[in-house]
Amino acid sequence: MASVAASGGAADAAALSVRALHKSFGADEVLKGIDLDVRRGEMVFVLGPSGSGKSTMLRCCNRLEEPDSGEVLVEGDRLTGPGVNLNRMRQRIGMVFQSFNLYPHLSALGNVTLALRRVQGMAKAEAEAAGIEALNRVGLSDRARHYPSQLSGGQQQRVAIARALALKPSVMLFDEPTSALDPELVGDVLDVMRDVAGQGMTMLVVSHEMKFARDAADRVIFMDGGVIVEQGPPEQVFGAPTEARTRAFLSRFHG
Amino acid sequence: MEVFLDQFLNPAVLAKYTPLILKGAGVTVLLSVLIVLAGIALGTALACLRAYRIAALSLPIVIYADIFRALPPLVLILLAYFGLPNVGVLLSSFTVLFLILTLVLAAFAEEIVWAGITATPKGQWEAARSTGLTFTWTLGHVVLPQALRMVIPPLTNRAIAITKMTALGMVIGVPDILGQATTAQSFSANASPLTLAAVAYVILFLPFVIASRWLEARFAPPGA
Ligand SMILES: Nc1ncnc2c1ncn2[C@@H]1O[C@H](COP(=O)(O)OP(=O)(O)OP(=O)(O)O)[C@@H](O)[C@H]1O
Ligand SMILES: [Mg+2]
Repeated sequence: MASVAASGGAADAAALSVRALHKSFGADEVLKGIDLDVRRGEMVFVLGPSGSGKSTMLRCCNRLEEPDSGEVLVEGDRLTGPGVNLNRMRQRIGMVFQSFNLYPHLSALGNVTLALRRVQGMAKAEAEAAGIEALNRVGLSDRARHYPSQLSGGQQQRVAIARALALKPSVMLFDEPTSALDPELVGDVLDVMRDVAGQGMTMLVVSHEMKFARDAADRVIFMDGGVIVEQGPPEQVFGAPTEARTRAFLSRFHG
Repeated sequence: MEVFLDQFLNPAVLAKYTPLILKGAGVTVLLSVLIVLAGIALGTALACLRAYRIAALSLPIVIYADIFRALPPLVLILLAYFGLPNVGVLLSSFTVLFLILTLVLAAFAEEIVWAGITATPKGQWEAARSTGLTFTWTLGHVVLPQALRMVIPPLTNRAIAITKMTALGMVIGVPDILGQATTAQSFSANASPLTLAAVAYVILFLPFVIASRWLEARFAPPGA
């Protein structure tokens, strides 16, 4: 795999590859060597106790957090190391945040089109057409002119998903996308994620939505203490976890 | 009472000097507009430069902002007006007043806008950068618009405070409202031109003070 990856952009390369990823904050080693391949079209769920390094791992995948060592590749193209055009690579990695992080001074459409215009250089009309299409995919094209403050939390998160989708990324990262939502709004966001996955998007999702993971994920990863402790299909990880730490964690969720 | 009216509201003096005060008002307005535009633009630009967190840029900016906020503007005005000619720089009193007050406003504006930039949530940067926007584009199109909105009230107050300081131009002979009024006062040996000046200042600045109240209410952070 590694040699394929190094050749760059190979058709059979994983959508996202993480190799020997290490990250410390001061003396605190948060990631102690993460290896992970996410296949094209795969939806991978990451579970783990608070502080186990899930967010840090995700944020290293688009270098919002700078890894200390190891590499990250998108479809075989390096994201880490010398000579990487980070801004270009980041367009291939969508990110959805727990707190939405919509731009409050821009409309839903403005949020979605900003990068299309300023990064991908689309003309206004072209960007707006693409933006409406992305909003359509999350069921919010009728809210295009609304500002974030005029949208519910669930709608804001769906706009955030549209903002990432509009760039047509190779992989999307979700960091607890429903944790900031009122329970009754969670379902809409999960439905959108299920649709996006159904259309073939590669997704790496940190979430505590166990039920959703059970029936939507292709693979579940359990992280603890900065390492991947266990991984497998959801029925295996949830149904018959082999590691004691996984069992202890899942029992707390009554999974 | 009669003495009072004669001193402060002498009809003949009022009539005679009203045109002069109006001319002064023109100068005050022109100076104020130029100072506010240039000062806020310069202050915002400096705050943006500081956002790059390059010590070689930030340190001089911070030192400049602190010195110009610490010194009384009158000291700077006198220093520039009487000092610069000695080193061969000859500037009109109008120019000196414009430059100094612009630099003072810019120093305050830099600190105010900088506070807005740092108060903009980190998630805004991260969301923008994660879509491939450069640092500069993120600063200009995501962070700065939010930061400016946040600091409109203090920025407005500071701008009003600075424009009132155009009255300091009197001491170096700028023919603004107060400059004209004091000249007229010494010619007429009557305080009525100063009354006119006060009225002119109220007419000019009261709308802005009222507008700043409105802005403050409009852009107040929720719950504050
Ligand atoms: N910027 C930072 N500076 C210092 N320490 C950090 C930073 N970010 C994260 N950490 C630390 O790294 C560890 C892992 O954090 P991380 O956010 O990755 O955990 P997590 O698994 O996402 O937890 P949670 O489920 O609570 O979100 C924690 O101990 C955290 O305190
Ligand atoms: Mg986290």
